[in-house]
Amino acid sequence: MSHRLSTGGRLIDRSERRSFRFNGKTMTGFAGDTLAAALLGSGQTLVGRSFKYHRPRGIVTSGGEEPNALMNLGTAKTFEPNARATTTELFDGLTAESQNHWPSLEFDVGEINAKLSRFLPAGFYYKTFLWPRAFWKHVYEPVIRASAGLGKAPRHRDADHYEYMHVTTDVLVVGGGIAGLTAAKAAAVSGAEVMLVEQTANWGGRAPVDGAVIDGQPAEDWVAATVAELEAMPNVRLRTRAMGAGVYDHGYSLVYERLTDHAPDPSRPRHRLWKVRAGRIVTATGSIERPLSFAGNDLPGVMLAAAVRDYVVNYGVAPGKRTVVVTNNDDGYRTALALKEAGLEVPVVLDARKQATGPLADAAREAGIRVAAGRGIAKVTGKGKVEVVHICDQAGAGAVVEEVRADCVAMSGGWSPVVHLWSHCGGKLTWDDENACFRPDPDRAPTGADGTPFVAAAGAANGAVTTAEVLADAWAAGGGSGEAPKADAEDRQPMMPVWAMPAQAPYALRAKSWLDFQNDVKVTDVELAAREGFQSVEHTKRYTTLGMATDQGKLSNINGLAVLARELGEDIPAVGTTTFRPPYTPISMGAIGGEARGELFQPVRRTPIHDWHEENGAHWEPVGHWRRPYAFPKEGESTHDAVTREVRATRERVGLLDASTLGKLIVKGPDAGRFLDMLYTNMMSTLPVGKCRYGLMCTENGFLTDDGVVARLSDDAWLCHTTTGGADRIHAHMEEWLQTEWWDWKVYVANVTEQYAQVAVVGPKAREVLQALGGDMDLSKEALPFMQWAEGRIGDFDARVFRISFSGELSYEVAVPASQGRAFWDALLDAGRKHSITPYGTEALHVMRAEKGFIMIGDETDGTVIPQDLGLNWAISKKKEDYLGKRAQERDHMTDPLRWKLVGLETLDGSVIPDGAYAAEEGLNLNGQRKTEGRVTSTYYSPTLDRGIAMGLVERGPDRMGEVIDFPLIGGGSVKAKIVSPVFYDPDGEKQNV
Amino acid sequence: MLILDCPYCGIACDETELSPGGEAHLTRFGPGSSEDEFEGYLFMRENPRGVHFERWRHAHGCGKWFHAARDTMTMEVFGTYPAQTTEPPAELRKTISEKRPGWSWRDFS
Amino acid sequence: MTRYSAFAVAREAFRDHQGWTRAWASPEPKRKYDVIIIGAGGHGLATAYYLGKNHGIRNVAILEKGWLGGGNTGRNTTIIRSNYLQDPSAAIYEKARSLYEDLSQDLNYNVMFSPRGVMMLAQTEHEVRGYKRTAYANALQGVKTEFISPARVKEFCPIIEIRGPRYPVLGALWQARGGTARHDAVAWGYARKCSEMGMDVIQKCEVTGIRSDGGVVKGVTTNRGDIDCDKLGIVVAGHSGHVADMAGFRLPIESVALQALVSEPIKPCMDVVVMANTVHGYMSQSDKGEMVIGGGADGYNNYTQRGSFHHIEETVRALNETFPIISRLKMLRMWGGIVDMTGDRSPIISPTPLGNCFINCGWGTGGFKAIPGSGWATAEMIAKGASGPLAAEFGLDRFREGRFIDESVAAGVAH
Repeated sequence: MSHRLSTGGRLIDRSERRSFRFNGKTMTGFAGDTLAAALLGSGQTLVGRSFKYHRPRGIVTSGGEEPNALMNLGTAKTFEPNARATTTELFDGLTAESQNHWPSLEFDVGEINAKLSRFLPAGFYYKTFLWPRAFWKHVYEPVIRASAGLGKAPRHRDADHYEYMHVTTDVLVVGGGIAGLTAAKAAAVSGAEVMLVEQTANWGGRAPVDGAVIDGQPAEDWVAATVAELEAMPNVRLRTRAMGAGVYDHGYSLVYERLTDHAPDPSRPRHRLWKVRAGRIVTATGSIERPLSFAGNDLPGVMLAAAVRDYVVNYGVAPGKRTVVVTNNDDGYRTALALKEAGLEVPVVLDARKQATGPLADAAREAGIRVAAGRGIAKVTGKGKVEVVHICDQAGAGAVVEEVRADCVAMSGGWSPVVHLWSHCGGKLTWDDENACFRPDPDRAPTGADGTPFVAAAGAANGAVTTAEVLADAWAAGGGSGEAPKADAEDRQPMMPVWAMPAQAPYALRAKSWLDFQNDVKVTDVELAAREGFQSVEHTKRYTTLGMATDQGKLSNINGLAVLARELGEDIPAVGTTTFRPPYTPISMGAIGGEARGELFQPVRRTPIHDWHEENGAHWEPVGHWRRPYAFPKEGESTHDAVTREVRATRERVGLLDASTLGKLIVKGPDAGRFLDMLYTNMMSTLPVGKCRYGLMCTENGFLTDDGVVARLSDDAWLCHTTTGGADRIHAHMEEWLQTEWWDWKVYVANVTEQYAQVAVVGPKAREVLQALGGDMDLSKEALPFMQWAEGRIGDFDARVFRISFSGELSYEVAVPASQGRAFWDALLDAGRKHSITPYGTEALHVMRAEKGFIMIGDETDGTVIPQDLGLNWAISKKKEDYLGKRAQERDHMTDPLRWKLVGLETLDGSVIPDGAYAAEEGLNLNGQRKTEGRVTSTYYSPTLDRGIAMGLVERGPDRMGEVIDFPLIGGGSVKAKIVSPVFYDPDGEKQNV
Repeated sequence: MLILDCPYCGIACDETELSPGGEAHLTRFGPGSSEDEFEGYLFMRENPRGVHFERWRHAHGCGKWFHAARDTMTMEVFGTYPAQTTEPPAELRKTISEKRPGWSWRDFS
Repeated sequence: MTRYSAFAVAREAFRDHQGWTRAWASPEPKRKYDVIIIGAGGHGLATAYYLGKNHGIRNVAILEKGWLGGGNTGRNTTIIRSNYLQDPSAAIYEKARSLYEDLSQDLNYNVMFSPRGVMMLAQTEHEVRGYKRTAYANALQGVKTEFISPARVKEFCPIIEIRGPRYPVLGALWQARGGTARHDAVAWGYARKCSEMGMDVIQKCEVTGIRSDGGVVKGVTTNRGDIDCDKLGIVVAGHSGHVADMAGFRLPIESVALQALVSEPIKPCMDVVVMANTVHGYMSQSDKGEMVIGGGADGYNNYTQRGSFHHIEETVRALNETFPIISRLKMLRMWGGIVDMTGDRSPIISPTPLGNCFINCGWGTGGFKAIPGSGWATAEMIAKGASGPLAAEFGLDRFREGRFIDESVAAGVAH
């Protein structure tokens, strides 16, 4: 049974106890523990259930590759599912629950799946659940869904916040083991800016655990000295708890720093996502030990050999009292020795190799450990934990030669370099026969913006094995000149690839040999996939789910590949790997989102009058990045009633609209007129100074994209109004044509949208209200007629006044400097009080423009409508040879007489046609769809006419005045409407022209 | 995540500062052009696997349009140049020839 | 070939599953076929399947340069819906959706079509009007959709934050029979049936040239030799321009990267598919428990199957706001695919300037949902030599005539 040793533990502080809860039970550990170490130290070997068969699961590893020990961590607003216990640092008050079981970890009903496992091979669900048809959605799938998933779904909004950090550096070194430290030092002494990141809280990686000696010092001391040296260098930035998560094109990489996971503090960001632009990236990410594929290798208590010694050496925790070591390489002996030194029993080291020779094997024997060469494990048995190890000849078929009682098995199947970051951006791999692993192929490195390699792998991540090799390789990868740190050469015995244990294991054993512990993929599953023709490694992965678990195959991929290759009769490198994708280990959605949450998620653009709207109960409508008042409902008033009131008040007296969001672009220069003639369908060059003209803009594809009033400010300057939200787009559109097509034209465009507050004063009393403010402007009909503008002072305000109208009423749009906007608005409210001046919102604006038959970009247009469809031929100059969209509008389909064209629609019963309704014809088209002949584009209750009015696009509409067409309603029935002129109100324009 | 040098600012721009603008060196066809010409101008694209010339705007920077020569298979950038030209500069074409002998793009090589 | 059933699985369980045979054969190419389909993705395989099933043409080879289903079929977010605005789109996507309903039984392969319901959130007044319009159009097109209230949105998907704050949910377009399917299974199921019908699914067979005589296709050149055919279908998604180039014509297409990501698996918390176009994000939960999230497309040409990370950021931010509970989930994996974008973002199913050569491409960001309908329409076109009603509007000539099928009208993005 696992337990805390009385001594040892280089990373823990035994004077600092930490109390935590696991499945409701209070346990204790020490400062410096991971949750996994503390659980093992408290005797908890069972920590979860597997995905498919709900098999009992124990801790297998001591790091980010852990497939089993996943926890529901924390509660409520700080709850996190699928937290790996092996990378969760212990803190006082931590709460964790194991996952994927019901009703309890110890007794899980889902374990029935394990009993039925012979009926549930890889991909069984593709072959079953076919009948009856409706059962998939209603019966089978809900059951499968309920049993799938791992952690619980969070139920609350996240209490924490997150941040980004952007940094540019010459060199990013990922991994703070001896390779990373060496590479960082090599780069730093050459003068480069270096960022060195380490995913755990501790520098040094494996070397201190494994007792390496560097430059004559114990690794631990060398690491401390090197870190101190690097910390003292101004050109080096070091971060722990910071994982290199992904490498992207052109040296972009993500580093995921966990700031408070180990010490929760809501006042600080929980995670920080570093966006690093590095000239070079050195991946010193080490290597991961592989499991061995023997029957029962998924029992709690079967662990990676290196993890076993990590727990002993780093945390003073014994994963078991009696540990059988099984290995195919020298490394397993290190575990045996570490266990022995800690006073634990090692009944035998099973070395699959024919001969167990070399210094490490000898050292084991000298320590009194029995070493059995050529032996392997036939199976491990026990009830939910390791109890008996059945030993066999590795070369045989699993005949048991001996049974050994044990509570832990430490397995080492060799080491796989961590090549993820190397591969993310296209780095290729090569097969290393000697060490039976894929390692980075230096000839096919990821290349950057200049076409040269920008990622170098270093140390174990590059396939180096001994300390001496690691140091030399890392020093070179860091670009070091001069003396590299040194270590003594080691007499290393070759490893022997073992893809099946024993080599001739029969089906019964292979069916219990796990490859992917979390997803329950066994050797026989991969064999089945191969037999059924899933020969591509991607097919096998997808068919069996091998490597698709939360560890993304860190433990299982190579073992699975080897099985597949054997079945196909091919070499492992010929089969190839699946694609490595970011992130290296999962990173939080919160961190990916960064600061952009709540208020900072798409911040609202505000007009100078925004606060007044807020204070006066505006019902908001998002428009572009702005929010505009939809209406100003009074207490007890519905928004519909508010709109009606606002329309009537405006038509009868005077209304006030905050029009500041309208885009305002100044186009200036000797060629400005010529330029605008190309941009607009109308002729703008001939517009006299002081006058306004309504203009249309089309895309080069002919479709109407924006409209607005253009005012000529001076001989060489025009002010172009755009739609709300259109200013940036149209500004960019203008710049694009100026810079990329007509770059020799002398034109300058400035977006002055936010320089002005613009207020529309609308209604029969508009002039009186403005005149009441005083000032030096003559606002009479004669001095400032319709479609003209003037500048001057209104009251105390610098004003530019446009006599334009989007409502059909007498209307002045007054622009004042943005800084005076709110004061101007307040002054208008004061001056208009005796006329009960009424602020109105976007809906009243829409209703009034529809009553008047004015089109609205986005309602009457949708990206498929040309001005000719809208009866706007009057705004298309016939004299111009060219304008943007003109050629497109000459195409067959654009001149088709059957195009749908704009008309007014008047319901026979006075009702309002629903938004979006289509007019249907009799009959079906060839695809069985009902034929249509038109659709509604704008439809409102008109307070002025007290009936429903609408505009719509109808096939040959203008030729069909007076005809009644039919709008079917969803759910049955229809609305009949007569085709009429779209101008419902004041068709002669008498009201706006007073 | 590309980095392109803005030929106006002279700085290396992160992709997040830039707006992509599609294929470069299109010849505009207006009224009077044939159906083929107009369709070609608006819709037909090289879309090459390899060397490509494309437009970018330093939208969150100086606001200027420029062109880039880039390999769509490797993301290698051969160079950038101002948009006020109808064809890739000879110097850049030479650079590309050194790195991708035998390349061609439309009528350029 | 073994018929799949629970019984078959049980029978095999008692003989250690040794009796299962290959799902599809691995034949050597013949000298000549009636029809060659280039591309063994979902669309290519479905085309072949319906050539055999509907038109009796079974002397067919499907050539795949890599592994079947390895392109966008195997890397999309598996959403199936047909709530399109324009008639031609609604027709083909609804055809596809209705074929998905019975596909598992038709193919004797569980493709796990799950009509769990798809909702597209309306978060501006403009979107409300747009989706109401779509609902009206769908009613006439025979596509069952409805515009639902915020309260029903919350009922169908309790984890949505409907109050905003930035963009309150004002309603949604709801298609109850939209949903998801298992993407790989669709390709595998079709491949298995094609193979069963005697067609040759040939993997690792890359077409390097297209041979023609007098303006009519004669065959293809591959890394496994020349193969002749009477008719040729090009169905190669992200590589359409490249293959069209071999056939001597150009396409109104650009290839860009589209990205997606999944979270770690959690217990079921979301039974429907949600698309939020105002903030550009969409999400569903797979049967495995992962939250499956679609990102935006890059704006520049790219064949690397990698995209730009800032699109992932934008999507995740949007979803953190829309589904606040996901903030503490973790992204397990992100990936990219190469998609064909046409001038109007609608697909091309068309004869080509080369005689007896047909093309199916341009599905942009939303091809998976169309696979059965697309295959059905393409098979009809190849068999008859001309487009039928489903494909008629998707011809190459529409760009010249200005007869676009523009779906961006109702929604900012389409997936």
